[in-house]
Amino acid sequence: MESQEEKPVIYTMENKPIVTCAGDQGLFTSLYTSLAQQLPREPMEWRRTYGRAPKMIHLEANFVQFKEELLPKEGNKALLTFPFLHIYWTDCCDTETYKSSVKEDMMRWQNTLRSHSSADWVIIVVETNDTKKKNKTNILPRSSIVDKIRSDFCNKQNDRCVVLSDPLKDSSRSLESWNSLLLKLRTLLLMSFTKNLGRFEDDMRTLREKRTQPGWSFCEYFMVQEELAFVFEMLQQFEDALVQYDELDALFTQYVLNFGAGDTANWLGSFCAPVHNWSGLLLRRPIDMEKRDSIQHGEASLLDLRSYLFSRQCTLLIFLQRPWEVTQRALELLHNCVQELRLLEVSVIDGALDCWVFLSCLEVLHRIEGCCDQAQLAANCSHTVGLWAYATDKLKSLGELCGLVSKTGPISEDLNRTVDLLAGLGDERPETVSSLQSPYKKLKEALSSVEAFERHYLELSHAAMEMYRAIGRLRSGRLVGKSLAEFYMRKGDPERAETFLQEALKSYVSEGWSLPVTHTRRQIAECQKLLGRTEDYLQTSALLAGDVNLSTEERKHFCQEILSFAGRSGNHSHKVTLSMNVFAQLTRLQFHPSTASVHSGAVLQVELTLRCLMPVSVCIQELAASIYFDIDHGGTHGRSKGTLRQTNQGTVEFEQGNSSAGPPSSTAAGPTLEMDEIQDRSPSDNSLNSVGVVCKNTHLVMRRRENDSPLDTPNCVSPLTAAMKEGGQMLKVQNVTLEPGNNSITFTAPSGQPGNYTLRQLCATVGEVQFVLSHIYPSVRYEVYSQEPQLTVEPLSEPLLAGMPQLVKFTLLTGHYTVKKGDALQLSNTETMPILPSSSCTARISSPDAELVGESALSIQSSDKVTSISIPPTPPYHVLEFHLEVLCIIPSGSDRTTNERLTNGEVRHRPRSYSHPDTPMTAIDQRMSIDCPWSIYSTLLALTFYIPFKTKHSLLSAGNRKYIQVCVQNVSDKNFTLAEVKLTEKQHLSLELQSFNTKTNQLLCSKHSLFCLWEVRWKDDLPSCLQCVFSANFCPLNQDSSAFKPFHYQFQLERVTTLYNVRAEIFPPAGEQHCRSGLVCGLEVCITRLTEPSEGEIAEDSKTDTDGLKTTKLMYEVADSSSNWAVCGKSSGMVLMPVKANATHKVQIEVMPLFAGHLPFPKIKVLKYLPHNAAAAIQPDPDSCVENDSLSLLDKTLDDQGDTASIRSRGSVHSVGSSDQQQRGVAMPRLEPFSLGQVFNNSHSQQVLVLPTADDHIMEVNAT
Amino acid sequence: MAVCIAVIAKENYPLYIRSVPSQNELKFHYTVHTSLDVVEEKVSAVGKSLGDQRELYLGLLYPTEDYKVYGYVTNSKVKFVIVVDSSNTSLRDNEIRSMFRKLHNSFTDVMCNPFYNPGDPIQSKAFNGIVSGMMVQTG
Repeated sequence: MESQEEKPVIYTMENKPIVTCAGDQGLFTSLYTSLAQQLPREPMEWRRTYGRAPKMIHLEANFVQFKEELLPKEGNKALLTFPFLHIYWTDCCDTETYKSSVKEDMMRWQNTLRSHSSADWVIIVVETNDTKKKNKTNILPRSSIVDKIRSDFCNKQNDRCVVLSDPLKDSSRSLESWNSLLLKLRTLLLMSFTKNLGRFEDDMRTLREKRTQPGWSFCEYFMVQEELAFVFEMLQQFEDALVQYDELDALFTQYVLNFGAGDTANWLGSFCAPVHNWSGLLLRRPIDMEKRDSIQHGEASLLDLRSYLFSRQCTLLIFLQRPWEVTQRALELLHNCVQELRLLEVSVIDGALDCWVFLSCLEVLHRIEGCCDQAQLAANCSHTVGLWAYATDKLKSLGELCGLVSKTGPISEDLNRTVDLLAGLGDERPETVSSLQSPYKKLKEALSSVEAFERHYLELSHAAMEMYRAIGRLRSGRLVGKSLAEFYMRKGDPERAETFLQEALKSYVSEGWSLPVTHTRRQIAECQKLLGRTEDYLQTSALLAGDVNLSTEERKHFCQEILSFAGRSGNHSHKVTLSMNVFAQLTRLQFHPSTASVHSGAVLQVELTLRCLMPVSVCIQELAASIYFDIDHGGTHGRSKGTLRQTNQGTVEFEQGNSSAGPPSSTAAGPTLEMDEIQDRSPSDNSLNSVGVVCKNTHLVMRRRENDSPLDTPNCVSPLTAAMKEGGQMLKVQNVTLEPGNNSITFTAPSGQPGNYTLRQLCATVGEVQFVLSHIYPSVRYEVYSQEPQLTVEPLSEPLLAGMPQLVKFTLLTGHYTVKKGDALQLSNTETMPILPSSSCTARISSPDAELVGESALSIQSSDKVTSISIPPTPPYHVLEFHLEVLCIIPSGSDRTTNERLTNGEVRHRPRSYSHPDTPMTAIDQRMSIDCPWSIYSTLLALTFYIPFKTKHSLLSAGNRKYIQVCVQNVSDKNFTLAEVKLTEKQHLSLELQSFNTKTNQLLCSKHSLFCLWEVRWKDDLPSCLQCVFSANFCPLNQDSSAFKPFHYQFQLERVTTLYNVRAEIFPPAGEQHCRSGLVCGLEVCITRLTEPSEGEIAEDSKTDTDGLKTTKLMYEVADSSSNWAVCGKSSGMVLMPVKANATHKVQIEVMPLFAGHLPFPKIKVLKYLPHNAAAAIQPDPDSCVENDSLSLLDKTLDDQGDTASIRSRGSVHSVGSSDQQQRGVAMPRLEPFSLGQVFNNSHSQQVLVLPTADDHIMEVNAT
Repeated sequence: MAVCIAVIAKENYPLYIRSVPSQNELKFHYTVHTSLDVVEEKVSAVGKSLGDQRELYLGLLYPTEDYKVYGYVTNSKVKFVIVVDSSNTSLRDNEIRSMFRKLHNSFTDVMCNPFYNPGDPIQSKAFNGIVSGMMVQTG
């Protein structure tokens, strides 16, 4: 038992709820130990009001002797000292004793409680066996002391009296009664908590609601709510305790914010007092009583309040095992306090807050380190690093403030300030006096000397950087590094500074943050200048001079740095080489001529467009481009191969890698997609299954781009060693002034040797400085070629017409060959295509650009074999053009000559005519062979000519008279005049051809035909074969007569003579005047031999009969193609004609007209019948074989000998050839038509009137 | 309202960054750049646990003495960063969220512009207008 006479010292950890004990003190003392031990053993569920979640709590109690003073007076809100339960102990078992003394004492106790309106009490009656035994005699079991007490005091609350049996014995009964006692005590305690705390909270809330009233004080309220927090803490309900503090925190924050919004609370005035103490947080004590007192008395400053509040929160959070929340809250608190002081316009001396923040950061970190092990700390860097960085930051600004960050050290003013700041720290807290590394000591030491400051600052910085790096916050780490670099710069240690700056710069560049890049780079430039690293400095200066983020003045300054270095006299052994990209960018390169391909020796100009990034114009002594030469092993080749590989007309655009850090992705667009189509066909029937598009260069497009790789090397501070490779050819331009922006520079490229020239590097020299572009990419090349001379001949106009003079164009590309004076082209002559001499033949010489260079006359000499054309001198790679007139003679026909040899020994190929598929005209290929001075070989060329005419002939007869008709068809597209149309016969002079053509000149339009007619007259005998030549002169329409050219057409006519005359007559039926339709008429065919047999005819197909008379067999056939007639009976038959002039044979045939009217006679055909033996040599023609059943039947009846008389007498009966059945299959008799003109049909197209039948005819009348 | 608004590409280079002209632009560049550390941290932490169902708004990235930096990451890993003055205490989390949403919408419009080349710095007037609206509203 502890008696608490003094006011309870509030060390909350040791606080327990107070339970008072009255009655038998001796009894209680004997039971105290086991009671205090057993009470917290079992947890109890605490049901809460306001819907708060129930909690299991272990109850402890501080048992104190009951005194009236312990009971709270009216209005006392203290909760910690509040007795939650009052117990009255008694072991009275004697009724007498009870009545005499105990009851009275209990009454007094009860009255005291009641007067303080405390209803939380319990009476414990301890029963022991001893006492029972003692009283066994004189008490009734039914009315025990317990019952009495119950009836006296607990009129309705029987549970307020508890019996504890045999407490000091180790029996089951004792255990049971202990348990029920403990349960009862716990229940009652909790009930009391619920009731009293509930009441307290209600009061507190009421108080809080009054906060708008004028007299309200935050500090008072603070104390009230903290009381609640204490109780929760006492009950180990840290969460609830923390809530109380958080509520206070939020309330205060809201007041500050309201103050900022103009709503001032009076009580806030005390917090606005100037800050005199900035000793930082104090987290080592559970409760900072000093601060608490000052709050209680309304004397606390804002920092005091915040510090106290935070220290309480910190303590609770650490109880709750949430140290990382402490660090997070700490950072928020520190930021917030700084803001609040600013908002409340509290006057603080410079640096005071920095001190406070610094100390607080370290204090929090120390506190955390104190409750966590190293591994935990390392794993939770991310929570502490903010505090480290903040502390570093604050120390740095303190250092700057106190003049500790300079080469010279602090001046007196700085020292005064330091003293003031240290004064505000006050004395060191007793808790840390013994500690060597307390925040207080650290700060004091750091501010004491430059060296100490540096040590502490570096320690902090490195710690922060290390932590950032460890948790992967590289950017934050680098920012600390940059800050460190600034420190080093101040200290005059650029070397260390540069390392940090470079690292930071690298990250800014790789992520494309241009403003930080510029800023950092400028700092680097400063370092490099101090370090005397000329080359690096110049490179950085160049970058800065071209940096658009800087002002023009700054850029000019850096540019001037370069120029002034460049202008220094050359005491350097070598020139300083810098990357060109930062100085000027190659944006475009253009070739003139645009093909970028010239013949050797020609002028090729390369125009560069350089975008100068300098802010001022820069004079460059020399701009040089190195060239790599590569002999083209393809040898000399023509222009066709020399086509430009670079696209768009010899212009190469260079992509710009933005030199100042631009978005890196702009350059990382990647290669373009190369798409191709695919088709999937089924293997069986080749039908299309699917089509698609594939990307051919997926391996390039899909390649994973490394994010870390610096995309823009020139951005990096150390430039590439952009050495200019010496040797090889150079393009050079001297003394160029580059203006800011685009500049155009033109080089003349060497073009001596044929081959490929690749531009490799570009170098601009300014005094001692060289700017080098180490690779020109995409690679740019031009080509110098050498070309063989070429001669081509082509028609001046298509098509070339044969038979007329035509102009052909000779084109000579001289290539590398120079045409000297006296050079000549030797053309082998051919008689089918003579070259027409022309007096005014001029040659045009033009340059490769198709500019006319000169014109000169050609001299053409012809011998019989060779035509020699002297060509004028022409420079190489020029074009010489001239026109020659040639005539292709139209081949007139049949004359065949053997192949001849040309002058050069080539076999002459006779031009052969053939029909060309594109044109109706007949084409002739004409070959030419030309000897050129530059080659030992002849050049063979071909020209195609077309014959403009097609000619046909025909023989016409009228009885014995013969006519020849020639048709000339113009198949060309031109109109011609035809003159002097003539037909001659070569062999028979006696023959006379009388022309019916009256006009001398005839117009023959395109696609039209002209017909000419001659009558053949002869004196004694008409030759069976005529060799005719048709000749005419022609010229294109509207040209004078001198242009007429001859045209010949040879043809041969055979079997010209008329052998037979066929005459037909139709006789009406007997007794009729006219033929009538439907009535059979007689047709009489009379075949008459007109001429004596010629010799050839006898040999050919006549046959001598037994009687010596020469006969020939003819077959006739009546055929009515128009179905006007019906032939009755035999329509065809054979006659045996004596081969003798005027021999006549008549045949009677019955025909029937089918219609009325003027009907044309049926056609009568006469054919030559060739017996099988005569035709044995001739292949039988089955088509001409007459297969007639009736005929063969007839044949069977006939005798083999063939009674000609009987046949003749029958008239209508005819026989086909031989009757020899066996022979028939081998060689059949044949029919052969007579050639045109051998048979003259006298009644051709004659008509006969046929009347309709008298009775039954239908007459159709058409009235119109 | 906001003192600095930045849009940062997937590759972490700025597509758009604008700050209140009266203040030190460079400082904001550094601040925004540094905030990417936290963005990455938060994105990777969230990515592990929730997969696709990710909240775009990252909340307060980190406070400094003077500013509060808020972050937002689109599904295409484009980051939005809004820097707010710490003294501006009236700003609620919801308002920040709605600012980000507005920003995101406007950014989507920019991306929909066929003449805008993704990856280029944003120069859209409409977007600029939206940003200006967020920056001036309360001055």
